[in-house]
Amino acid sequence: MGLAELPMLLALVGLAAYVVLGGADFGAGVWHMLLPGERRRPLRDHTYHAMGPVWEANHVWLIFVLVVVWTAYPGAFGAIFSTLYVPLFVAALGIIMRGTCYAVRGVVSGPREERILGALFGASSALTPFALGTAVGGIASGRVPLGNAAGDPIDSWLNPTSVLVGVLAVVTSAYLAAVWLSADGARAHRDDLVEAFRKRALAAGVVAGAVAVAGIFVLRSDARPIYDGLTSGVGLVAVIASVAAGAATLSFVASNRLEAARWSAAAAVGTLVAGWALAQEPRFLPGLTVEEAAAPDSTLVALLVSLAIGAAILIPSLVLLFGLVLGGRFDERPEQPGSLEDAGRAQPTSGPRGAAPGRAAGVAAAVCATVGAPLTFFSDGGVGLVIGVILVLAALAAAASFLVPQVTLGGDAGAR
Amino acid sequence: MLVLLAQALGPVDQDYLLEARQMQALSFAVHIPLVCFGVAFPALVVGMEWLGRRRGDPLLLALARRWSKVMIALFAVGVVTGTILSFELGLLWPEFMARYGDVFGLAFALEGFSFFVEAIFIAIYVYGWERLSPRAHMLVGIPVVIAGFSGSLMVISVNGWMNHPRLGEAPVKALFGNSYFWHEMVHMYLAAFLVAGFVTASVYAVARLRGRRDRYVRLAMAVPLVVAAITAPAQVLVGDWAARSVAEEQPVKLAAFEGLGRTEKGAPLHVGGWYDDRRGEVRYGIRIPRALSLLAFHDPNATVKGLDTVPADDRPPVNIVRVSFFTMVGIGTLMAVFGIALLVLWWRRQALPDGPWFLRLVVALGPLSVVALISGWVTTEVGRQPWVVYRHMRTEEAVTGAGGIPLGYATLVVIYVALAVATVWLLRRLARAPLQLEAGDGSS
Repeated sequence: MGLAELPMLLALVGLAAYVVLGGADFGAGVWHMLLPGERRRPLRDHTYHAMGPVWEANHVWLIFVLVVVWTAYPGAFGAIFSTLYVPLFVAALGIIMRGTCYAVRGVVSGPREERILGALFGASSALTPFALGTAVGGIASGRVPLGNAAGDPIDSWLNPTSVLVGVLAVVTSAYLAAVWLSADGARAHRDDLVEAFRKRALAAGVVAGAVAVAGIFVLRSDARPIYDGLTSGVGLVAVIASVAAGAATLSFVASNRLEAARWSAAAAVGTLVAGWALAQEPRFLPGLTVEEAAAPDSTLVALLVSLAIGAAILIPSLVLLFGLVLGGRFDERPEQPGSLEDAGRAQPTSGPRGAAPGRAAGVAAAVCATVGAPLTFFSDGGVGLVIGVILVLAALAAAASFLVPQVTLGGDAGAR
Repeated sequence: MLVLLAQALGPVDQDYLLEARQMQALSFAVHIPLVCFGVAFPALVVGMEWLGRRRGDPLLLALARRWSKVMIALFAVGVVTGTILSFELGLLWPEFMARYGDVFGLAFALEGFSFFVEAIFIAIYVYGWERLSPRAHMLVGIPVVIAGFSGSLMVISVNGWMNHPRLGEAPVKALFGNSYFWHEMVHMYLAAFLVAGFVTASVYAVARLRGRRDRYVRLAMAVPLVVAAITAPAQVLVGDWAARSVAEEQPVKLAAFEGLGRTEKGAPLHVGGWYDDRRGEVRYGIRIPRALSLLAFHDPNATVKGLDTVPADDRPPVNIVRVSFFTMVGIGTLMAVFGIALLVLWWRRQALPDGPWFLRLVVALGPLSVVALISGWVTTEVGRQPWVVYRHMRTEEAVTGAGGIPLGYATLVVIYVALAVATVWLLRRLARAPLQLEAGDGSS
């Protein structure tokens, strides 16, 4: 593997993360739709609460994949987006709808509002992975030629391979979600949730497996190169790994070892992405290899360096977030009633300390502004301008830290 | 050069270029006010929490907590509208991506990380109230503030590059070694504080006009208002820097700001009026002699290049740019005067004004600040036309050859209207809860 393929490898890692994490998220939405009625309300609420703290982060993986591909393989990116505009636009609409549902969810009340929201949430949760899956199917089956909208606008995504991948994306999402939701239920000691989602995980696992097996035949007739890649060499290894991980998950779920199932389910889905990549490699688009599609070396190096720096910040942050979530720190708790009312009644406890906000900040603000403003105004670029602008910004920060404590103090003395 | 050719997709005919541009502009106009809240609100919220903890003032903490819920809700909407923008870059402008994605993509990759960090820590911050120790909770807020800044820095570096590209430079140098983007960055960063400050203050000013006089509402209005009030005069200064940079690097854009048809020494400025394309001058405006030269170059006798320095095909639509420019400058000036007056009044009385007309003005400044924000972006983006990459790639060269743009446009309009309705509804629902506080606010 050379420099030109390395960004593709990272994009695929990002895609696998999106398929697993974003997939579990979409799947939770699909279950939300499949669990109507008042009796199933606890299950339905669980699908929301489990994903609440992590869904935004899960969806940034998609943006990660997009930016890596457009930076490292700009021509191929342009070709993909201009040909597959229908499913990608639909996916974008689904993402809007879903995000809005999440944002609004916290404040809905009453069964009617909940029903409408649940329907939108569920529909967009199924539509988005399906649409993205059809786009992947179009690329995998070689229906996206290089060029500005050079491929067929309909056939590129409405074809056997696309439909297969779209359906597979939805069912694997539902399967992943059911496994994770049952594990989350176990963590919260909610046996009712564990049982409900265990049953569904087993059922969804069987369905996902069946779709995958049927898919082999679809690929054989519709996307022969991918079929050949998946049935020989390293592609076959990935397929076997996926099947093994899927079978292991079923047995873990059946024997109630849900934390282990969480990981093996992720592996089963992640290896599918690897299998596709290995089967298609080194082809990217028809007549275009990954290497040929790559941007100049200077871009690739800059991208890889910035991805390395980004990863150094991102990975510990993700570990922290998932550590808190999986450790149960963010699980639903009963609201502490009256906390706001108490806040309204209570008065500051350490009055004297707050009563003397830093006069120094006020003086600093005045000095910075007096020097910085004329410097900014009269400098024609260069060091003077830079210093001037920095002083103006410093003046703003100082002024805010002087004035905000002052104006919040006013009412404490009872001058209302 | 060979590399560039290899990445080009080939020219296309697109009947709906204008619709494609409007679609992108619409998505941008929806996204950018949310960005202001993603960039500036975290600083306000974390600042409030810090002050509340230092003073042991539960009201400030309650306010910070409530705002953090608004912050994550608006961030969520911002995540989706931002995703749409990145999709549209590919869906509408594949040729732009194909030819130049390797240069500016880097900034978006870094922006992706900022976005990621913000998404992670905003969730920990909002879910972490009472679940983390006070110190840990405040620390978690800091990356949110930093990521809000760094994310906007990355995106604006791309815009700076589009306005002032230097081809043949490696991406890092082309993006961050670009002298042109810093004024855009600072201008936008301050705009974020203006919009977040004035819009938030505006909401609570409405509550006060409706008779809610408790301390909670008073502080909730005062804090963002003061922050916006100090920012507004500084923004005028930064705006002047921006205009001088435009005068130097994009003279045609500057000529469009004012509707200067011909190159002139000691060029005048017209307030109001309408640019007449045929005559190449502004009609029915109030003429202020030499003012343009003075403003653009700080010299009343400076020569200002006119629209006639380039062929008609290379000029932006003058009146759109001009009206947007004056809208932004007008509102910006109003905000700056308001800010200075407010600070002076506060200095003399040690209290903020409270009369109904003052509150009505604060109510109006919220939406006005958003209008100024969008006008500012129209000024710079339409002013860049007909280029997507200034003087290197025309918008019509960048556009997709795909069909269905009118249908997509119509769908997007419907979706955005629904999104706007949902967001307003959501914020109103979130705002209902403080009523509880009012009932419990015993200190009257």
